Amino acid sequence: MKNRLRLLAYPYILWMALFVVAPIVIVVIYAFGSAGGGFTFDNFSRMGTYLPVFIRSFKLAFEATVFCILLGYPLAYILSKESSRSQGILVLLVLLPMWMNFLLRTYAWMSLLENTGLINKLLTLIGLSPVKMINTPGAIILGMVYNYLPFMVLPIYSVISKLDYSLIEAAQDLGASSAGVFRRVIFPLSLPGVLSGITMVFVPSVSTFVISQLLGGGKYMLLGDLIELEFLGSAYNPYLGSAVALVMMIVVIIMLLIMNRFGEGEEQAVMI
Amino acid sequence: MSKELIRLSDCTMAFDDEIVLDNLNLYIKDEEFLTLLGPSGCGKTTTLRIIGGFLVPTKGDVFFDGVRINDVPPHKRKVNTVFQKYALVPHLNVYDNVAFGLRLVKPKIDKKEIDQRVREMLEVVSLKGFEHRAVSSLSGGQQQRVAIARALVNRPKVLLLDEPLGALDLRLRKDMQQELKRIQQQMGITFIYVTHDQEEALAMSDTVVVMNEGIIQQIGSPEDIYNEPKNAFVADFIGESNIVDGIMRADGVVEIFGKKFECLDSGFEKDEPVDVVIRPEDVDIVDTRAGQLIGLVTSVTFKGMNYDIIVDFKGFKWLIQTSDFCPAGSKIGIHIVPDGFHVMKKSKYSGLYGDYSSYSDEYEELSDADEAEEGSEDEK
Repeated sequence: MKNRLRLLAYPYILWMALFVVAPIVIVVIYAFGSAGGGFTFDNFSRMGTYLPVFIRSFKLAFEATVFCILLGYPLAYILSKESSRSQGILVLLVLLPMWMNFLLRTYAWMSLLENTGLINKLLTLIGLSPVKMINTPGAIILGMVYNYLPFMVLPIYSVISKLDYSLIEAAQDLGASSAGVFRRVIFPLSLPGVLSGITMVFVPSVSTFVISQLLGGGKYMLLGDLIELEFLGSAYNPYLGSAVALVMMIVVIIMLLIMNRFGEGEEQAVMI
Repeated sequence: MSKELIRLSDCTMAFDDEIVLDNLNLYIKDEEFLTLLGPSGCGKTTTLRIIGGFLVPTKGDVFFDGVRINDVPPHKRKVNTVFQKYALVPHLNVYDNVAFGLRLVKPKIDKKEIDQRVREMLEVVSLKGFEHRAVSSLSGGQQQRVAIARALVNRPKVLLLDEPLGALDLRLRKDMQQELKRIQQQMGITFIYVTHDQEEALAMSDTVVVMNEGIIQQIGSPEDIYNEPKNAFVADFIGESNIVDGIMRADGVVEIFGKKFECLDSGFEKDEPVDVVIRPEDVDIVDTRAGQLIGLVTSVTFKGMNYDIIVDFKGFKWLIQTSDFCPAGSKIGIHIVPDGFHVMKKSKYSGLYGDYSSYSDEYEELSDADEAEEGSEDEK
């Protein structure tokens, strides 16, 4: 019986081998290759040129993640305090934008932020001078925050709403005010949610290319744009593109490992 | 021991339209061990939560040391709680859990004193040396000790305990009962203890408050409650009872099964219908010729210390505990001394309890298991 059930896993193993493991291997091979063939470190030694792109990508993604925490944590906390009926509706509202096409959502922001867009029209209407918003780093961060905020809210919300309420009562009983209860019990116990939120916001933010193109006007090249350019654009050089992708992947993995080690204690806490 | 510390005055608690506590009046003395005892849903936990400050009564007042405290939040009350499921903070170790309350005190207590008090308290609950253990690595009994130490370290005037031993096995529960009693006497503070386990209540308490359906049925010492139950509910809930219909013919004379018996009760109307309690251990088995009543043994169960036998008297079945073996099917006579009768006024519980017609061991065990489960579910 057990063996026959194992047969069911083979299609997945095959799938993963073909579409997960093989591509990574190919990327690695490409990263150490060149148009002329042969093994080379050239792609990595040329990476220095793109250091500003790396820095910009990680900086914007970092800022977007921070904003997501600042916005998402209170939202998740407030959500978890609502009655279960309004919780359902509010969670739906958080999720709703995600069911709309990603491109469409980002285009919508374009038309809002444009120099002659809706917001600036309104500003002129009430007698203020228009503000330059589109094609700025701020617009890119806005796009990231808007698109990835639900990925921050949901894990935090699910951790907080599953907290044992008697813990909160116990803290109150021992003399903690509302602020004390939050600081000493709720916040430390919600950290695993924050950690997984960070992962889910930071990773797509650091590799996005649509948001930076649409809301940054192509002026602020991010890693995603660079990779796209090397593969599909005029600079066609899949070897360099693969090397960039590989370095990015390694940096992200290292960051996540550090973060998870940092959060290990809390994760155990939630499992209790 | 005599000073009144807490008073609940006309407290009613309703959730939506469901009345959980109905006009409760109760006062609790300083340094006493008081137990709120009753089946699940009787309102005992609600009463405890009102005293702890987690619930505000829909109607009525709560006084602490003469001061009305209805609107005082839990963190400002001189009362600490030991929760049913311990509620230890999982990311803190034993030491930090116990120190939790002390670190919140304003003005700040200096580190040395915190350290001294935490260690002292861990010693009281016999957990010396466990300071740096993670709470998740402790057994249920140890976690409960941490919860008790954590609640006591703040030196509350009252400790509230919400079925604290419910999750422990029988042996450990017995040990912890002794422990708790010792701690209460050592600390010299008031304990208010909630349980559905009557044995636990009788073993530990100075005062037992029996509750059912949101109403206090009886308040008294364990002996009072057992020997002089006020109504059929209390008689049945505390220990085993045979409860039969009787008529009070005169002071000291009660009639059951059409026969007059001498008893010690008085103060009833002449010919007043009453409930009569006869505890299973108060019945002597005698020769049929010498018996006040004659019955037929229908079942015998060996219980170790004694036999539980079910005896049929004119269709009404009694439970009798005896050390004499009487085989099923035999006829026996019984004798009851005047002290063995306890006469109660008729109440709404009359006729509901005290008949062993459907008695069987399996049944008893099943219902016990149910009760334990309900108990841990907790009434809201």
